[in-house]
Amino acid sequence: MSNVAVMCGGLVKRYGSVLAVDGLDLEVRKGECFGMLGPNGAGKTTTIEMIQGLLEPDAGEVRVLDLTWNSHERELRQRMGTQLQETRLPERLTVRETVTLFRSFYREGCSVDEVLDKVAMGEKSNSWVSKLSGGQRQRLAVACALVSIPDILFLDEPTTGLDPQSRRQLWEIISGFRAGGGTILLTTHYMEEAERLCDRVAIVDRGKIIALGSPRNLIASLGADDVVEFALEDAKMIDHSLLQALPGVQQVHSDDGKTILTVTRVHQAVPALMELLTRRGAALSELVTHHATLEDVFLALTGRHLRDE
Amino acid sequence: MSSRSGGPLLQLTLWRFREFLREPEALFWVFAFPVLLALALGIAFKNRGPATVRIAVEADSSAAHLQAALDSAPGIEAVMLPREEARDRLRRGRVALVVRAGEPLVYLFDSTRSEGNLARLVVDNAVQTVAGREDVWEVREQPVADPGSRYIDFLIPGLIGMNIMGTGMWGVGYGIVRQRTHKLLKRLLASPARKSQYMLSHILARLVFLVFEVSAVLAFGYFAFGVPLRGSLVAVAVVAFLGAMTFAGVGLLVASRARTVEGVSGLMNLVMVPMWIFSGIFFAYSNFPEFLHPFILALPLTALNDALRAVILDGASLIAVTGLLAIVSAWGLGSFVVALRIFRWE
Repeated sequence: MSNVAVMCGGLVKRYGSVLAVDGLDLEVRKGECFGMLGPNGAGKTTTIEMIQGLLEPDAGEVRVLDLTWNSHERELRQRMGTQLQETRLPERLTVRETVTLFRSFYREGCSVDEVLDKVAMGEKSNSWVSKLSGGQRQRLAVACALVSIPDILFLDEPTTGLDPQSRRQLWEIISGFRAGGGTILLTTHYMEEAERLCDRVAIVDRGKIIALGSPRNLIASLGADDVVEFALEDAKMIDHSLLQALPGVQQVHSDDGKTILTVTRVHQAVPALMELLTRRGAALSELVTHHATLEDVFLALTGRHLRDE
Repeated sequence: MSSRSGGPLLQLTLWRFREFLREPEALFWVFAFPVLLALALGIAFKNRGPATVRIAVEADSSAAHLQAALDSAPGIEAVMLPREEARDRLRRGRVALVVRAGEPLVYLFDSTRSEGNLARLVVDNAVQTVAGREDVWEVREQPVADPGSRYIDFLIPGLIGMNIMGTGMWGVGYGIVRQRTHKLLKRLLASPARKSQYMLSHILARLVFLVFEVSAVLAFGYFAFGVPLRGSLVAVAVVAFLGAMTFAGVGLLVASRARTVEGVSGLMNLVMVPMWIFSGIFFAYSNFPEFLHPFILALPLTALNDALRAVILDGASLIAVTGLLAIVSAWGLGSFVVALRIFRWE
């Protein structure tokens, strides 16, 4: 028994002339929560669906729980749980009927009441799916994935479009499954989600993994703990080389009229920046500092944002 | 650790039941609509006494006597009208024939319409009788209106056939495409549910509803209009079963690749509308030109309707309708085979 839950190598998927997944390699260890973080259209869904045996890769190899889809499809289906993006569960079934339906597909699993308690849907068990809120629907979808007590759980953007409270409720459910020894592979374009849930994160862009590691290590790879963003009145710019020379500044980007500095010692960098601006006679219109996040890692790697709003 | 759930096939079938029973519109179209249609058409085409022939006599000084004589003749209602208005009513079909008095008498009528030809015979008979014609051969009339030969008798089996087609196509086809667009088929594919059990659940649900939808219309015809059931119930059940399987198969075929509900609706109409027209639901297909008959007879609904009429109205045995059932089954089998080959799960 290896400790690898998912292994894929050289995955390629084309849609017409578009290369959705471009030779992607990935390894998920047993018992970890592994996240694929990337913007919309990065190839995350295509990848997770190929790993789940729902899409045929054009090239490459997939092994899940040391088995392949060609040789052990039925066993793998029994041992995995899934929540797909955009599934709309039957509107006119009740919550209990829906979970009972999914429970009936599996040889083993927990009772319907047990899993409804787990996702805090016990009170809603006799409501029609059509009456549920977005967060409740998503918790129901996860209940259908958990009812078989799977060895591995696949979640494709589990909290997209949900309000912050619903998102936190789902995070607790996912963390609970992980704490019980389950393996999770999830996709997300929310960096908070990846930081909060995942042991390791693969940053995916244009069908490839461009960075891999624990959230902490990825952020540390910036070589800086904090980010300083500022903009000047009259849209003036300061020469990047001057900024680069300030104490503690690691990197300098311009983005949408703002200048972004990644810094190691914010308490030294900000006073030095102020002094420079005063000398130059430039007035600030905006100044923000925050701890570095995976979003900053993505920006540093690609020059683009995770979320293209 | 396992909990009672009765197995995937039962749960999948229950799902079909619940979705159907919780959709009031679907219940209306499957159960109430055919009964209402039978009621409306049964009343509209109720066998009446011999129809009255409405005619006009062109106003003329010498026409008054003729108009009075015709109006008093049995089955004729004659009015005197100015020439222009008489022609106008003839054109609109409000009178079937116009008589112009004189020597010779002139009948104006549209010889391509059966009302016109009927009026010509009735009026001429009345005119000649009034003029003193002697009948040379004695006849006696005996009107017949036996159950089994009226319009409603023709209609009820046709409505059953139409309903079997409609519910099979909509129930299976529309349901599957909706589940495909909601990504539910893909979700099932990701679970260990067997494809065959999913397909079978549609069929099982169809069979249970079939019992109710056929008996609703059959019972309504029997109790409201005295439509006879001359064949055995077993024979009716077998014919209805094969019909339902066939149209479930056609529904599956139509739904096998469609990606949108609009797309499948169009395809279903493409399949169903010709059969509504040609397959003898509301009127006999013998009304269509001879050269179309081989095509019409090959349609599955034509064969189903013919078999239903033979069993319900003529008391035919299953052996007597084997040929028709073979046509029905061939369509069903062909549809299933092709549908399962080309079916798209996502």
